[in-house]
Formats: sequence, C-alpha cells, structure tokens
Amino acid sequence: MRFIEITRSFRLCSCLLFLVSLVLGVVAKENSRNKKVYDFKSTNLETHTISEKYREYIKKKMLFGFFLTLTLFLASIYSLCVGDYSLSIKQVFNTILGNGNAQSNLVIWNIRLPRIFAAIVVGAGLSVAGAVMQCILRNPLASPYTIGISHGAMFGAALAITMFGFGGAESIGRVFVSNPYAVTFFAFLGALIGVIVILILARLRGLAPEAMILAGVAMGSLFTAGTMLIQYFANELQLAAIVYWTFGDLGRPLWKDNLVMFGIGIPAFVYFIYKRWDYNALESGEETAKSLGVNTERIRLFGMLIASLITSVCVALVGIIGFIGLICPHMTRLVIGGDHRYLIPISGLLGATLLLISDTFARTIISPIVLPVGIITSFMGAPTFLYLLIKLHGRW
Amino acid sequence: MGGGSIILEVDGIEFSYKSIKALKNVKFKVKGGEITAILGPNGSGKSTLLKCIARILKPKKGAILIEKNNLLNLDSNEVAKMVGYVPQNSNGNYMTVFDALLLGRKPHIKWNVSEKDVEIVSRVLRLMNLEKYALRYTNQLSGGELQKVIVGRALVQEPKLLLLDEPTSNLDPKNQIEIMKIIRDVSKSQNIASILVMHDLNLALRFSDKFLILRNGEILAEGDKRIITPENLREVYGVEVDIIEYNGLPIVVPKDVSNCSSFERTCVDTPVLNAKKVETTISNC
Repeated sequence: MRFIEITRSFRLCSCLLFLVSLVLGVVAKENSRNKKVYDFKSTNLETHTISEKYREYIKKKMLFGFFLTLTLFLASIYSLCVGDYSLSIKQVFNTILGNGNAQSNLVIWNIRLPRIFAAIVVGAGLSVAGAVMQCILRNPLASPYTIGISHGAMFGAALAITMFGFGGAESIGRVFVSNPYAVTFFAFLGALIGVIVILILARLRGLAPEAMILAGVAMGSLFTAGTMLIQYFANELQLAAIVYWTFGDLGRPLWKDNLVMFGIGIPAFVYFIYKRWDYNALESGEETAKSLGVNTERIRLFGMLIASLITSVCVALVGIIGFIGLICPHMTRLVIGGDHRYLIPISGLLGATLLLISDTFARTIISPIVLPVGIITSFMGAPTFLYLLIKLHGRW
Repeated sequence: MGGGSIILEVDGIEFSYKSIKALKNVKFKVKGGEITAILGPNGSGKSTLLKCIARILKPKKGAILIEKNNLLNLDSNEVAKMVGYVPQNSNGNYMTVFDALLLGRKPHIKWNVSEKDVEIVSRVLRLMNLEKYALRYTNQLSGGELQKVIVGRALVQEPKLLLLDEPTSNLDPKNQIEIMKIIRDVSKSQNIASILVMHDLNLALRFSDKFLILRNGEILAEGDKRIITPENLREVYGVEVDIIEYNGLPIVVPKDVSNCSSFERTCVDTPVLNAKKVETTISNC
C-alpha cells in the first residue's frame, strides 16, 4: 500500500517536471527555428511588419509565463493533496473554504500551506535575486551563494549553535535547534556581513563588478574556514545541529516567518521591476548605461543590497538551498532571452515552480522521511540545465 | 549645410586620470547638421573628450553647454534625451536586436513602451537594413551588424548630439561606407550634430565637415578640411604624408609605410593605393 503510494507520487512528480522541461525545450526549439526562417526567407517579412512580429514574440513570452503560472497552481494543489496524510482534491478545497474537519484543517493550514508558501516565496526570491546579481555584477556565475551569502549564514548559525548553546540533539537522535530565532538571527547577520563588507569596499575603493565577485569568493572562503574551525571544536550534538541546520528545509518557517519573507520579497520585487530598464541598459555595458542616464554605481549598490537582503532572510529561515539562484535565471534567459522586463518575473515564476515541485518530490518519494530539498533541486535541475545548454548552444 | 544653430559648446574643459592630465583647456563649438571628426594619435584624449560630453566622466574644470544648458546642471535622464553615445567596444547579449534598439527609448519611456516607441524602432531598423535580424539575439550577430545595432540604438534616442567613438574601426569597407552614409544623412536631415572619433583619415575627410586635431589633450588645430595638412599630420602622428586630390576629394597618402605605426591602418585601407596616379606620386617623392 505504502509502496503503491510512493510510486504514484514519484510518477506524478516526474510527470510535472517532465512537462516543465518539455515546454522549456519546445519554446527553445521554436525560438531557434524562427531564427532560421528569418535567415532564408527574409522576404517573408514584407507581409508582416516588424512591429507585428515583435508583438508576436512578446506574446510568446507572456504565454510561457502563463504556462508557468498554471503549472505552479497545479503543483500547489497536488502538493496539498499528497503526503503522510493523503487528502482528495475535494477535501483540500473544502478545507481551504473552511469546511474541513479538525485533522484536515491541521494538515492543510499548519503544515502544507505554509510549506508551499515558503517554497514559492523562497524559490522566487532566490531566483530573482540571482537574475539581478548576474546582471549588475556582469558575471554569469554570480548568484546569492557565489558571493558568500550562504557561507556567512552558515558561519552565523554555527556560531549561534556552539558558542551560545542554542542547539543540540536529543538522545533518540532527533536533532533540534533549541532557540531557532537566535540561530536565524545570527545566520541573517552572518549572511549580511559579508555583503556589507563587499559593498563598503566597492563604495570606498570603487571596486569593479569583477572585483566584487572575487571579494565575495574571498569572504566566502573566510566564513568557510571559520565554520570549519567551529565544527572542529564542537561536540557531536552541536555538530549534528550545525549539519542539520545547513540542509535547507522548507518545513521550518511558520506562517509569521513566511510573512516576513513575503513582506521583504514583495517590495524588493517591485523595486527590481521598476528598475528593469536600468538593468537592460547595464547589460549593454557600463558606458552605454551611463550614457542612457543610469546611475550605475547607485543601481549596483541598491541592487546588491536588496538582492542580498532577500537571500539572507530566505537562507536564515530555511537554510541552504542550492541551484535555484544560479541556474533558474540562466534557464529563463536561454528560453525567453535576457530582457529584464520579462526575465525578472518569469525567472521568479520558474524558481517558485521548480522549488515547489522539488520539495513535493523530496517529502513524498521515501515518505515519511523528508529528503533535504537542496539535494533534489540540484539533482533535478542540473541535468535539465545541461540539456537546455546543449540543445540551444549546439544549434547555433 | 551649415546654417544650423549651435548645439554644443565646450568651454575650456580639463580632465585628469589621477595625476595624468588627459584634457587641457579644450574649447570648441558644434552646429546642428554638422559632422565633426576628432583626430589624433592613441592616448591623445579623444575618447575622454567624448565621455566628458556624454557625461560618463565629469570634467574637473570648464563647462559643456548643450543648447545653452549646462550639462552638469541637467538631470542625467535629460542629458540622455539629448545626447546619444556609441562606445568604442560593444558586446552582444541575450537581447533581440529589436529590444537592443528599444533600449534607446529608455530615457523617453515613463513606464510602458508606447506605439510611438515601437514605430521609431521599426523605422530605424529599416533605415539600418536590420529588419531581417529584428528578432535575433545580438550575440548572434557579426561585428558589422552589431555595430549597426549600437548606432541604431543611439539614433532611436532621437538625440540632438550624436557621439561616436571609432564607429567604423571593426568594419569591412562596405559597412564602413554604409554606416558613415547613414550618420551623414541622419545628421543632415534631422539637424543632428555628430562628433566622431576617427583613425581613418580618408574616411574622415570624405564624410566630415569639420575637424578637430587633438594632441596630448590639447587642440592642435580646428577647422574644415584645409587644416588636414602634411605639417599638422606630421606634428600629431609623426609621419610624413602627401595629400593628393582624387575625384575632388583630398586623400592622405603616407610616404614611408615601413616607418609609420599608428598610421598603418589608414594606408592599408586606402582603396586608391592601387591607382596609378598615386603610385607615381609616391615614386616622385
């Protein structure tokens, strides 16, 4: 019985993922096919004016965004139904509309909905932060993690758990963090300190974007060394607590934590969207951007600060989730191009969708054991990304 | 030609990179519809001058007036509405040609792209002969096409002043002529003042109305093509040249090719080098 359920959830999850990658592939293929038509039959354009063609192209992007929204919605419903306590779609809707029994109320409102909400907010937040950082640092490897944010958070958490005794493990083997708020706060401080050092250096010494990345890598290794030192002197229980904290877990945030992430994420998102033209200008080079009236230093400073803030909050509350912040923006760029008017919202949608599907997968595949979602995102995302990379670059 | 009102007035600007003075008391005026070529060897301050006018760099002293407004007092977005700038090097990216041109509307766009913006972009695409590339990513273009896109982006800005830093340096002869023709035609018809940094003296002589010779950050000579003399060129570039007339156009021919360094490009690209007339001129010297 249990086995059947597992295979069913496995099948459904892989079906969803397959659907996403299929559509990514089809859109990508469509794009490259279009290019070829333009090459050979340029006279074709006389029947369609350029602006009509352009509108069609924009419409395709919107369609992709719509498809992602739909997938996200379906994945949320599915994620509400599956788990240790299986619910039918009808039960789920009844519970959401307020007609559920005590048990389904508990499962939906206290466990699954906050988890799904966290997956969506963290996925979108990390992905959007990654997209913006890759643009303002002019480096495809830039991501919330390559510039040392996660290492800082880990260091902060390790410090809180050992030095200040906020963590340990029970004799049965269940690891716990005795004061999650203190640990979260220290992780947040650690995450932000690295970025603030880099930004101060950039401001005072006029660091170029390339140098900012290098400074981030340096800060990251400094924090890693600090964490290793702490781990070396920690006792077994503390060590277990540190490792446990490091694995990202979307079940950690409560409703109020989610609201904090949401409250920071939404204004940040609005700011990024507001500055979308500036990011497009930056993409064309520093001097071009300046000549188009962009204050590049200020855009960089605020962009870094805000992107780091979202990431720090997410990392502090759910732990480390790899892959999303680095690869989702690239996937989006490969499929719909680098125009930030669409890149920012759609990479947010893609990040949310992928993280939600991965998390659903992570908690159902060998339930009741919940796999760390970061492992799933990397295992599933990296091959998908490689596939897209080969498919698109091989074509040119 | 001429008759345009003064669009740009550069009044005694100075600029230095740390302790190195790049511009010293540079003064000149440019009228609408006029094409000005800035000439001079590498490191003479040509690009620095353009960047100061585009407000990418801030001059330490002096004033730059655009239509009587002091550049430094203007909001950077206001400057971007009046000044289009084409940098020396550009890279393609994951943006379509259409979007790359649309970026030129950025200073004018408040929140959303209007019909007018799309219309202007389509017009410039047609003008630059880039229609068939409209939906291609700019990182899939050749150097010549990319340069056209960048110039097109500056035109889409509808500037009063167009600044181009070596717009033809990476292009084949056909594209060089094409771009220069477009710049000239647009300047004349829209009454735009264009300032170009150029290394190809013959291309400059063929398309510009006015010349500005820079040496070590100072203006050595300013005026129409009569200032392109063997004496001036010897002084800035350190090479001996002859200036001959071919089909009514003055042509600069270096005398000793083996002896010229910064000049090589110019002489290699000169199509008339094959003409008998030129050969005799060289052998005569």
